[in-house]
Amino acid sequence: MTATVPPKAPTFLGLPTAPRGVGHLRGDRSFPDAAREALRDGQLRANLGHATSTIRGKRGRVVAELPDWAQLREAGRALKAATMARLDDHLEELERQVTARGGVVHWARDAVEANEIVTRLVQATGTTEVVKVKSMATQEIGLNEALEAAGLDVYETDLAELIVQLGEDKPSHILVPAIHKNRAEIREIFLRTIPGVDPGLTDDPRHLAMAARQHLRERFLRARVAISGANFAVAETGTLTVVESEGNGRMCLTLPETLITVMGIEKIVPTWRDLEVFLQLLPRSSTGERMNPYTSTWAGVTPGDGPQEFHLVLLDNGRTAVLADEVGREALHCIRCSACLNVCPVYERAGGHAYGSVYPGPIGAVLSPMLTGVEDNASLPYASSLCGACYEVCPVAIDIPSILVHLRAEHVEAQEKPTAEALAFRGLAKVMSNPRLWHLTQRAAKLGRLISRGKPTLPNAMPPPISGWTRSRDLPTPPKETFVESWVREHGSGS
Amino acid sequence: MEVALFATCLVDTLTPSVARATASLLQRLGHDVVVPRGQACCGQMHVNTGYRREAVSIVANHVRAFSGAQAIVAPSGSCVASIHHQQAAVARRAGDEGLAQAAEELAGRTYELSQFLVDVLGVTDVGAYYPHRVTYHPTCHSLRLLGVGERPYQLLRAVRGLELVELPGADQCCGFGGTFAVKNADTSTAMLTDKMANVLSTHAEVCTAGDASCLLHIGGGLSRLRSGTRTVHLAEILASTEDAVTPHQHTDPAIPA
Repeated sequence: MTATVPPKAPTFLGLPTAPRGVGHLRGDRSFPDAAREALRDGQLRANLGHATSTIRGKRGRVVAELPDWAQLREAGRALKAATMARLDDHLEELERQVTARGGVVHWARDAVEANEIVTRLVQATGTTEVVKVKSMATQEIGLNEALEAAGLDVYETDLAELIVQLGEDKPSHILVPAIHKNRAEIREIFLRTIPGVDPGLTDDPRHLAMAARQHLRERFLRARVAISGANFAVAETGTLTVVESEGNGRMCLTLPETLITVMGIEKIVPTWRDLEVFLQLLPRSSTGERMNPYTSTWAGVTPGDGPQEFHLVLLDNGRTAVLADEVGREALHCIRCSACLNVCPVYERAGGHAYGSVYPGPIGAVLSPMLTGVEDNASLPYASSLCGACYEVCPVAIDIPSILVHLRAEHVEAQEKPTAEALAFRGLAKVMSNPRLWHLTQRAAKLGRLISRGKPTLPNAMPPPISGWTRSRDLPTPPKETFVESWVREHGSGS
Repeated sequence: MEVALFATCLVDTLTPSVARATASLLQRLGHDVVVPRGQACCGQMHVNTGYRREAVSIVANHVRAFSGAQAIVAPSGSCVASIHHQQAAVARRAGDEGLAQAAEELAGRTYELSQFLVDVLGVTDVGAYYPHRVTYHPTCHSLRLLGVGERPYQLLRAVRGLELVELPGADQCCGFGGTFAVKNADTSTAMLTDKMANVLSTHAEVCTAGDASCLLHIGGGLSRLRSGTRTVHLAEILASTEDAVTPHQHTDPAIPA
């Protein structure tokens, strides 16, 4: 890190995007470079293949048992679309309701502002440590690093986040941040990092969970400040909602004196009735459960019960810029279930770290470039074969493939100087718009016959970009005659 | 019925036998086949690589080439999906409403081969003969964008001599993805490897599909491994007959000249 002020991130459609130099939305390498390395990690491939296929199977079974899944999905999509259309009104209503119930609402334009607000709030309590509920928004803005820089100790309490934190690693999945680790690797991390852990610790999942529980219990009881994210915020009553599996969230949300919640502005739903839809869609899509074990809801503060001070930090960090993109705004409908990650053949093989952002997989490949401005994450929209599996499973029907294609065009159209690729595609477009030129070009393709010298396939070593293909697959020698040529020769040009 | 054949740019240039087989099959079923000479490409490669502006003139050429056709058939789920889902949108975004409407009308008369055979012609037994062990890969765009579903299986089950074996992990992408295969060559190859492992686990002689592009990918990988298992397009299997069998036929489809 240098001491210079990071350059201002480019604006997208005139609205500010997530700033550079803070948070975890940008990788330090392009996706193909990062993936190339990950693909060689046999343990990673095995761990991801096993974990994603297990969750895929569970999701498939619990979704199939609901006869009205298609209607629920459409209801989810429609509710999100309607909410986004009047996002400003709903947010103001949320602020009024939270305030009326004794909470304090803070508006954070970006990661820098949000980190400053939370750091100031924690410092004002006089404590030096905080416990955290698993939260994507705080990972996005790099809150842990900001708090640590201010001399505060931060304890992740979600089991997977704890594994990542103790291993000085990065999350690689939205729902299961340590999905890239197997239980033998987790045992090793615990033995190495948890003070006073039983040296006879085995890789039995129950033993591992017990070790984490013992490590965390003391911190829950000691903590005076907790930080959470939110799955939903109900505008009409100012109610925040966290859904979870482990109960660590419930501990954080109830035991400390002060609770600070950082929430992306798109997490809002107007009414309690809307939760009916999302609380069915989310657990089935994410963990493959009919219902998640813990659903915590709270509104403001309740005297004598739970945290007596509540702060809600509403985070933009590029979301308004996403909202301004009429094709891409659908990505804000995401409820962070991870179903698209679990079905994505690219994610399953390259893993979450290759995306360089806390939002990996198909949704990350659209969300990250839109939050940062597409030029700061220009390789991500291409990190997909457009197979469509993500769209098929998305519980709110986000057409991810169409957004990926849209962002590829945004990237192409943002280039001021034409690239070699752009010149080639422009040339090819001229050719493919003119049958006479097209037939001439097809004839030129037959020069490949000279290169292959009578063999059925072209040589393995070809110049780029063809080498990208021929390094691992044969390319057939072009035929003597195209189909249209031979047809015209036999039937005349009239047909 | 007069059927206009859209060979697709890839088939026309690299695997003309697939278009030849499609024409042969349709003629055998009693239909007149026309091949508009002005055809080139549907524009999908440009759109999916980010060149949607450049794709407009390609779409315009396609619409011009097929404007008089009653029914258009292509041996590609992916190209037909692009005609159905992308062409009009690309024209509309560029402000060419006239082209968008013309593309929509044309899309309404454009069919992927298995859809055309089963839904329009109402046939599942096309009288084909192909005495080989075959596995079918349902390509992503046929499966998810067009929803061809059971149709290719119905057609294959009716082929005399053909032993259809189920492909494990059939709904997983083969890793082609157009320019993805080159831009993300390593990830694409990793996906291809898993697809080939599944194909080879069936001990099929032939892997078939409704898209020549995906088959070029899977077949290119199988060929590089010298696996002996080859790829043959669905149209070629359906066009194959007893009458056309020659000595040393092997797994080559026997398509009447």
